[in-house]
Amino acid sequence: MTNMAEDLKAEAPFIGAGLAPAPEDRRRTERSRSPRERKKRTTDVVIYAVLVVLVVGLMVPFIWMVSSSLKENNQVLTVPIQWIPSEFVWSNYTDIWTRIPMMGYLQNSLYLAVIITCLQVLTGSLAAYGFSKVRFPGRDVLFLAYIGTIAVPWQAYMVPQYIMMQNLGLTNSFNALILLQAFGAFGVFLMRQYYMTIPDELCEAARIDGLSEYGIWARVILPLSKPALASLALLTFVNTWNDYMGPFIYLTSNRLWTVQLGLRSFVGQFDAEYAMIMTGSVISVIPILAIFLVGQRYFIQGIATSGMKG
Amino acid sequence: MATKTITPAPAVISRGNRKQARHNTLIGWTFILPNFLGFLAFTLIPVLAAFALSFMEWTSFTAPRWVGLENFQRMFQSDTFWVALRNTVAYALGHVPLTMALALVLAMLLNRKLKGIGFFRVAIFFPYITSLVAVAVVWNMLFSPDNGPINQFLNAIGIAETPGWTSSSDWAMPAVIITSVWRDMGYYMVLYLAGLQAIPSELYEAAEVDGASAWQRFWNVTIPSLRPTTFFVVVMLTVSSFKVFDLIVVMTNGGPGRSTTVLSQLIYQEGIGEGKFGYSSAISLVLFLIVLTVTVLQFKIQQRRER
Repeated sequence: MTNMAEDLKAEAPFIGAGLAPAPEDRRRTERSRSPRERKKRTTDVVIYAVLVVLVVGLMVPFIWMVSSSLKENNQVLTVPIQWIPSEFVWSNYTDIWTRIPMMGYLQNSLYLAVIITCLQVLTGSLAAYGFSKVRFPGRDVLFLAYIGTIAVPWQAYMVPQYIMMQNLGLTNSFNALILLQAFGAFGVFLMRQYYMTIPDELCEAARIDGLSEYGIWARVILPLSKPALASLALLTFVNTWNDYMGPFIYLTSNRLWTVQLGLRSFVGQFDAEYAMIMTGSVISVIPILAIFLVGQRYFIQGIATSGMKG
Repeated sequence: MATKTITPAPAVISRGNRKQARHNTLIGWTFILPNFLGFLAFTLIPVLAAFALSFMEWTSFTAPRWVGLENFQRMFQSDTFWVALRNTVAYALGHVPLTMALALVLAMLLNRKLKGIGFFRVAIFFPYITSLVAVAVVWNMLFSPDNGPINQFLNAIGIAETPGWTSSSDWAMPAVIITSVWRDMGYYMVLYLAGLQAIPSELYEAAEVDGASAWQRFWNVTIPSLRPTTFFVVVMLTVSSFKVFDLIVVMTNGGPGRSTTVLSQLIYQEGIGEGKFGYSSAISLVLFLIVLTVTVLQFKIQQRRER
């Protein structure tokens, strides 16, 4: 099965292309290096230098965030900038938990992100199977409706959604966000893109072997689409975790706030507590960093496959 | 499901096979239904409702009433609407070309076989997925007019009159644009990287044999081969620029004054903030029509180029 997945990847260059390294250069011994290769080597060194400068430059906001989170307040905005705190104020990282209900915010974010991701992946992959492997009248028109709504900016229909949620009595509850975000068209689209690269013959062979359609979905398609499932899960999780406007509109009481709302309100209330605010920012980024480091391959694949969502 | 019959290839529906077709329809729908119910109720219906609402007078205090184009008349006479539209366009004009150019340059730099290249790619992509509020807060502080690191840097390179950034109505929009370019370029870099890796190396080899310089190869091989990617990137960037919302709300909340107020924000303020459902839906419709026009226009340009 794993081999088959590799083959499929080869058939869909766009998916595999994500971060695939360029083909290996021919190896030669030091002595046989031609002037041309020596030139290439010099170029490599220059490129490395450029890249290091570039990446450090782009990382400055993060470096500064971490460094500031370990300072006293009055040391955050000094002239000249102190990149390394003269004294590391680790207590910022213990104090913040008592200053704001950070743990509660983290739990709320986690709860929402996990539920929405699970629902999105489950219903999205089911629907994608229906749209790509079962042929029935009206299917393509229906799929067009899915695609069509991806093109409509969310801001254009957030007001009707809000009125609806208000009438259902769901504002100021997690359920509103779960219902709004778990059944998005994007997941269906992304999964279908991937399923289209899985040959129909595979399903037919499984049908002849006596598997039901649900069996094919569960035992043939799902195992083959692990990379796509991982992409969708990661993208959904991160989007939900980082979402600001959804919770901002729907979650009014403090005990329901997510990390983003909590942090934002902390900034508004205590706008001179620079160091503490930076500490909160670092804490809100850490879970994403962890998830990203584990699954960055799938992020990149998901984006290269679908390109959507932006 | 109770149906456990062996289905022959569902792709083939022979004429005499009505029962099979009905069976397939049933199966297909059971797969789609769990998602479709949620999609129908919370996306499709609201989308359709948004169109209808824009022709209605409806506030949180009054019953809905059909008023035709009244909302649009009011909107076109509203100063705030034009300011928001102009700001949105200004944001797009800054954000789209800058992000695109930097994403392409980064992708070209990173599209090579070097040890540890993956690390650089990942590092540049990382801002795209970091928590939005953290990004906004950190950049707001970097931009701080008095002792902020950015103005200190500008001082150091000899610029004495440093901008007030988010506290100045002239510089707030550039500040937002810089932050959003920094955040987004990694994402588009990935798209360009995928596009670059799909260019067959024979093209470059042939160009080199013909004696093309590096610049000529870039101009005559890379750029034309990337055209589909560029098209896609431009559409995505433009559409996302017109939808800009979160970053502005968190960084400047539309201020100072109305200098960074954008369309999405106006929709939120009028609709959810003040409960003018009909009026805000009219602004929604304008936003949607702009996005649609941009997409269709770019499709047309792309088609003409390919001919």
